[in-house]
Amino acid sequence: MMAWFTESAEDLRRFRVLTGGQAVAEALRQIDPDVFPVYPITPQTPIIEAFAQIVADGKSHAHILTVESEHSAMSAAVGAALAGARTMTATASQGLAYMIEIVYLAASLRAPIVMAVGNRTLSGPINIHGDHSDGMLARDTGAIQIYVKNAQEAYDWMIMGTRIAEHPDVLLPVLMGLDGFTLTHSAEPVEIEEDGLVKEFVGSYEYPYALLAGTAGTYGAFAMPEHYFEIKRQQIEALDRGGVVAQRIVEDFAERTGRAYDLVEGYRMEDAERAMVIMGSQSGTVEEAVDSLRARHQKVGLVTVRMFRPFPRQMLARLLAPVQAVAVFDRSSTPGSFPPLYQEIRASVNGPRIDSIIYGLGGRDLTIDNVIQVFDRLGQSAQDSNAIFYAGSDSRTKEG
Amino acid sequence: MANLRTLAERISEEESFGSGHSMCRGCGVPIVVRTVLASIRTPVVVVNATGCLEVASTRYPVTAWSVPWLHVAFENSAAVASGVESAYMALRRKGAIHHDVTFVVFAGDGGTYDIGLQALSGALERGHRFLYVCYDNEGYMNTGIQRSGATPRAASTTTTPVGSESVGKSESRKDLTEIVLAHHIPYVAQAAISHVQDLSDKVERATKNQSASFLNVLSACPPGWGFEAQDSITMIQRAVNSGFWPLLEVIDGHWRLTSHPEPRQSVTEWFRSQKRFAHLFADHDVDLLDSLEEKTETEWRRLLALEERDREWFLSPAGQAWGLTG
Ligand SMILES: Cc1ncc(C[n+]2csc(CCOP(=O)(O)OP(=O)(O)O)c2C)c(N)n1
Ligand code: SF4
Ligand SMILES: [Mg+2]
Repeated sequence: MMAWFTESAEDLRRFRVLTGGQAVAEALRQIDPDVFPVYPITPQTPIIEAFAQIVADGKSHAHILTVESEHSAMSAAVGAALAGARTMTATASQGLAYMIEIVYLAASLRAPIVMAVGNRTLSGPINIHGDHSDGMLARDTGAIQIYVKNAQEAYDWMIMGTRIAEHPDVLLPVLMGLDGFTLTHSAEPVEIEEDGLVKEFVGSYEYPYALLAGTAGTYGAFAMPEHYFEIKRQQIEALDRGGVVAQRIVEDFAERTGRAYDLVEGYRMEDAERAMVIMGSQSGTVEEAVDSLRARHQKVGLVTVRMFRPFPRQMLARLLAPVQAVAVFDRSSTPGSFPPLYQEIRASVNGPRIDSIIYGLGGRDLTIDNVIQVFDRLGQSAQDSNAIFYAGSDSRTKEG
Repeated sequence: MANLRTLAERISEEESFGSGHSMCRGCGVPIVVRTVLASIRTPVVVVNATGCLEVASTRYPVTAWSVPWLHVAFENSAAVASGVESAYMALRRKGAIHHDVTFVVFAGDGGTYDIGLQALSGALERGHRFLYVCYDNEGYMNTGIQRSGATPRAASTTTTPVGSESVGKSESRKDLTEIVLAHHIPYVAQAAISHVQDLSDKVERATKNQSASFLNVLSACPPGWGFEAQDSITMIQRAVNSGFWPLLEVIDGHWRLTSHPEPRQSVTEWFRSQKRFAHLFADHDVDLLDSLEEKTETEWRRLLALEERDREWFLSPAGQAWGLTG
């Protein structure tokens, strides 16, 4: 049962029924970025439409820069962020793919751009529905990556993401992924904080040596092998610091709002023998499967990964090492090898049998039955299967 | 308008783009950069596209620039400048910034005619207040002299080499100035490194207006075109005096030529002085050269007619308000 039914009348007033897209727009209104360069793509459109209305109604000072492509949106975002303006944007799928070249540069130039990604699969075939292929394409850009479970988290992580991105020890882009349609277009109650609290939480944007501050030098110089490596290392280390900074920021956020987040969340993991690992909105489905198996006295649990970059290796190792068997659910593929989240877990966790499950490509639903099947298979042997399973697609393959 | 002496003084005193770069001897691009920056009297922020200028002036940890300078990638400098300018507008509205800033983009012909055209078009349509300077050396020089949309027909480049089945580039260059004009921005001009005063005056007029402005400046590339470094200026003079590269400006849609070579010299002679066209002379490709002369003549007459059409406007108060001298 959702907690909001039991809140007091005072607290209830802060709840509004919003889609994930609207919740992100509401966070944008409160954060009030200076520049918002953007190009439309489904399922990011609910975010930018809602935010455009907010700006049209004079409720945000943001300058919405409606550029002619995502490549230019990210390029303009880099220019604006380094110029000294708080800069945010949003995209999805082909739009993120089109941006990728410049996302690498945003990270390397240390531009703290916060971007909501309405996670959608990549063409082809062209398909507008949710999976994590787009986010995974940005895996190695050097951006911080968050995947949220619901609209509340989307709202909260836009706010926390701003603080993380702009922290002087970090200064990196943050990609906040919310599943296309499942989250961007579905309405649920979202607790909205007071404007003042959010503004105080994010603070003002202070980019060191901004281009417009009169102190700037040469940004984006050409680096030969004798310097490139060190510059890249500094950037990699900044991303690692992003994890430490994020931990402090979620704690501060919890103190102020009462909503406490873990970068990696364990669910009924106390004595679990078998566990699922997943990211994004389908975590709820697995939770239900866990509950129903727990009701049958099976020792199963769930781990939801919120922060994908930097990858919280130690937290995952701690949660999963005691388990006998793990199934990692990836909503994207790495044709020719194991999918991304699986590879991460493999590299981080020693001990348990680890299966790879690909699910939900191109927006297919993951059912509770799919998950229970995976748990059943995990229980059959302690041996590594060394295979990839396709949840929700196996039967079709057989039929076909 | 600053005269040549003033420009020279500013260039050596201010050193906005100083020594220490590694562009080739005889390269025309530093002349473009120094003249442009010495003609602007507000603080500037420079956005630079990938290309010879960027690579040869900012080899980490040294830099030839003493003004704020940003390079992101090859094809997006107009978009990056859009972002910088939007940041400026937003911060100014908030009261966080009070001083004037001029935004200048430097990009090569590859970064402008070809891969950067979409970003440029978008930025021009949106009307960001910046001066976009295309330094046109008629090819991708940084990557080893490949053809671009600005490379003249018949030029031998490393991707359009001459061979038994090839007389160099088989297509004519595109008329970027006309493409830019189709965006109806207030100020568009063609200039050249051989006419520094003209270039400087154009920068002053371009940066007066509160919208996007565009300068296409013909530069010289000794290794790319095949001539001796000390001949750069005369090389570009020939391009201008032959009508191959007319110096012109279009202000609020009104055309005028800012140089009237009398008599107009032959384009063939300009071609003859560059190794990239040597095959035309070795093979006596008279037809091609004749058609080139003819095309240039037709274009020149078209420009004269436009100039005639708009003569009155330049004498009117609206025209004079742009600070025209000649
Ligand atoms: C997306 C992308 N494609 C290709 C390149 C390789 N590249 C770098 S500079 C350049 C040519 C630049 O030509 P131009 O803009 O005319 O400048 P110039 O080198 O002549 O100064 C090319 C092809 C690149 N950096 N980025
Ligand atoms: S190759 Fe040409 S454009 Fe490039 S630095 Fe040398 S002369 Fe200048
Ligand atoms: Mg060039």
